[in-house]
Amino acid sequence: MAVNVKPDQPEYYNHEQLTQIDYRPPAQAWESRPVTIRPGSFLHPAKPKGASSLGLPHPRQWSPMDEDWKLPADWKEIIITGMKERLEKYRSFKIFMDTCVRCGACADKCHFFIGSGDPRNMPVLRAELLRSIYRNDFTLTGRLLGTLAGGRELTVDVIKEWFAYFYQCTECRRCSVFCPFGIDTAEITMMARELLQLVGVSVNWIIEPAANCDRTGNHLGIQPHGMKDTLEFFADEIEELTGVRVNVPINKKGAEILFVTPSGDLLADPGTYTCMGYLALFHEIGLNYTWSTYASEGGNFGLFSSADLMKRLNAKIFAEARRLGVRWILGGECGHMWRVVHQYMDTMNGPADFLDVPVSPVTGTRFSHARSTKMVHIAEFTADLVKNGRLTLDASRNDRLRVTFHDSCNPARAMGLIEEPRAVLKSVCRNFFEMPEETIREKTLCCGGGAGLGAGENMEVRLRGGMARGLAVKHVRDAHGVNRLATICAIDRVTLTTVCDYWAPGVKVAGLHELVANALVMKGQKKRTHDFRHEPLDPES
Amino acid sequence: MDVPGLCLFFGVIVPSLAVVSFFGGFAWKAIGWARSPVPFHIPITCGQQRSLPWIRSNRLDNPHTPMGAALRVALAVLLFRPLLRNTMTEIYAGPKLTYAPSRWLWLFAVMFHWSMLVIVLRHLRLFVEPVPAWVLTLQRFDRFFEVGHPVIHASTVLFVLGLGLLLLRRLSSPQLRYISILNDYFPLFLLLGIGATGTLLRHYSNSDAAAIKEFVMGLVTLSPLAVSGIPALFYVHLFLVSVLLAYFPWSKLMHMPGVLMSPTLNLANNSRAVRHVNPWNPPVGVHSYAEYEDEFRGRMIEAGLPVDKL
Amino acid sequence: MADGAKVAGGLMVFVALACAPIWLVLARRSTASQPEIELPVGQKRCVESAEFMRQRHAALLVDWRDAVVREGLNRYVASDGREFRISLTGTCLGCHTQASAFCDRCHAYIGVSPECWSCHVRPSENP
Repeated sequence: MAVNVKPDQPEYYNHEQLTQIDYRPPAQAWESRPVTIRPGSFLHPAKPKGASSLGLPHPRQWSPMDEDWKLPADWKEIIITGMKERLEKYRSFKIFMDTCVRCGACADKCHFFIGSGDPRNMPVLRAELLRSIYRNDFTLTGRLLGTLAGGRELTVDVIKEWFAYFYQCTECRRCSVFCPFGIDTAEITMMARELLQLVGVSVNWIIEPAANCDRTGNHLGIQPHGMKDTLEFFADEIEELTGVRVNVPINKKGAEILFVTPSGDLLADPGTYTCMGYLALFHEIGLNYTWSTYASEGGNFGLFSSADLMKRLNAKIFAEARRLGVRWILGGECGHMWRVVHQYMDTMNGPADFLDVPVSPVTGTRFSHARSTKMVHIAEFTADLVKNGRLTLDASRNDRLRVTFHDSCNPARAMGLIEEPRAVLKSVCRNFFEMPEETIREKTLCCGGGAGLGAGENMEVRLRGGMARGLAVKHVRDAHGVNRLATICAIDRVTLTTVCDYWAPGVKVAGLHELVANALVMKGQKKRTHDFRHEPLDPES
Repeated sequence: MDVPGLCLFFGVIVPSLAVVSFFGGFAWKAIGWARSPVPFHIPITCGQQRSLPWIRSNRLDNPHTPMGAALRVALAVLLFRPLLRNTMTEIYAGPKLTYAPSRWLWLFAVMFHWSMLVIVLRHLRLFVEPVPAWVLTLQRFDRFFEVGHPVIHASTVLFVLGLGLLLLRRLSSPQLRYISILNDYFPLFLLLGIGATGTLLRHYSNSDAAAIKEFVMGLVTLSPLAVSGIPALFYVHLFLVSVLLAYFPWSKLMHMPGVLMSPTLNLANNSRAVRHVNPWNPPVGVHSYAEYEDEFRGRMIEAGLPVDKL
Repeated sequence: MADGAKVAGGLMVFVALACAPIWLVLARRSTASQPEIELPVGQKRCVESAEFMRQRHAALLVDWRDAVVREGLNRYVASDGREFRISLTGTCLGCHTQASAFCDRCHAYIGVSPECWSCHVRPSENP
């Protein structure tokens, strides 16, 4: 171990130690096995400032390493009442508590279990952490027979265990694909996190961005003028690379389309290249669109926190579409954003009857599958452009890249956006290689950093969680010389960079529209010598 | 009612209470589930969605109509399709991960559940008079191999074998043993007990089937009567079945109706095309654009961004 | 209640199907007790006791078949010492002269159809 390396840095973790994984569980039953909370394994708790600005209950300063978590005096009652309320509000919760037969089909499907061997990371056991309390307090047999019927008393240790393990779940839903009853661990994790939040146990990496988003419109807290500066800077970059000056419409009333994308792509490489890709593409097709500074976040950390917070943050998109008078909404590349847009937005903040059914102004294609929510995924939009031959593409510009595609969890398992990005990808790069079948499409493996886990302090969890994906990338790197991992998720672009550097060094991560922009032949462009990363197209020259 | 002591208890009282517990509990549970709404549209999608006309969607695993979703549930119920996807993850030095197809659970589960269905339907010959022709046909298929005397039903073999293998699987895998609780073993042993007593009754007890049917028909006509020539083993069998019925609604066995009501399976993936309504959709305080502009107006004007109020 | 109608409907169908035997027997107004069988006139005792015959005649016939066909034996000594020639046609059907009046009634009642008549001639009024 190198000197001065801390548990929040990947270098702290020795490959050999990290891969000493034994899938055989320990002798001691999990019910009596203490939970270890050590640096590298947990997320920092929410700071009182962010929590109180969102009006969350019991904001306080505390640390998971402390013995006393300063729970409110009536914490037990709060949890039980909270469970009761949620059982009455969510049929999914009730059914998922009642129907599991512990067949174990899900056990080895979780990337956190694969990377850690920790039995509590088997989805079935993760659910049992909550289910045992449910049985104890809400079922007839549990009340009569207690532990004999699989019940367990709610104690402070249970709360600590929940905190440890419901923040080692990325709500990726891979396990539920294999469940014979469709039991969705994401749903269970969401319930558990809501319950924890009721007693003031939540994590800063989620609450602070959510608080930012509430106030400034985006997770990163970028203020309107800052956003304008950033986008103008991207326009300068594009001009330097292509010789074409793209326009950057912001808060433009009467635009046809409102474009919403995760703010992460405004700030962090390699997401920024994707963001530049959007600007270049929209300019090239002459799209009458606008960015918004008020609804400047497609992502929604409320999803990782509570349904109410999700709704609150999501509401801005329709509100802004109404204020600006656009006809429909286009959404950028993001994973969990699309879970929210596809499965929650219309229910929570619709109906969007003030918008029109989305129609591509370029091809005339009517996106009738989005006729109610009126929001289209950019991969759907661009795939339609490509299919109709409306883009001039020079795929040879991506020739030095050997590309594979990582299906992001939510578009794959909560939507089914599988072929659209592939169709686009295959039109803009000529060296495309799929990872093994069991690791893509609906069986895709998570980056290990979704659902609010993408922080630094839980680096061990992230590296372990990313191992399965990382090794699949390594496999195509070794077999096909893959050096670029394309993905349509802003969190992936950050987290998979860490994962690839650690497990499959040499593979860099890119957004789909970065590769589109590389290949895009723009009217009035100069001879392109560099890609959007300022890397020479022909390394020889 | 002229049924003496123990027969009355094991032959009439216990089964009656069990039936009450079964139907009462079953309805209570299912209605309890239905009382909670489905606030959000959360199907788990496998395979391609329906979006652009030139992209072929996966109608079975990513249905976009309620009919398609019903078909998906039906296939999950009848063929256990999700279990066909199962893989076994293994780690090797390197490290290297493999995901080999693993369909044992599917096979054992299909063996057990389907043979159980056949057995239940076959038992109708003791519950309906005259015996329906289709029950006889089913029975004829079940006796296809004509082995033994009386002929051993294929379903009996598959039932006991399926249960035994499910139990063996649970016991032999360290992971499964770790997650298993009493609630998992109890129904397995109970069903094995039912299978064993049933098999003994048919093959080793020299029981008078006509007497047993007469007794059962007494229960069915709600006028129980004492019938001579029924072995004690029959009451053991009946008792175990009663325990199963009584236990059913209060246990994981409720996965039977549960799978039908699972919102991740029974909803069509059409949430952007058809709005799903949440009955308790709560009002939330949203930071409005006006409040936002009030905070940032100065800087927006400075940056040349349009504002609503000057 | 959300989806109340669907769930209530489903439950009703389930209960209706699961209790089908009750409705059927009510509809047919039958007591569904064991069928009357016509015993041979003038005969007091079968090969073995009535109780034995009720419970084990099938096993006995299989034993007889094995004894004759496989072992070449054709005498059966009953538990009370009486001797019988092992023969379905000669011994059993000598008294039980009509399958429809005897065998078929119980067999139909419990839903079994033994294979006797695929080799032996089925005794009936209209030969």
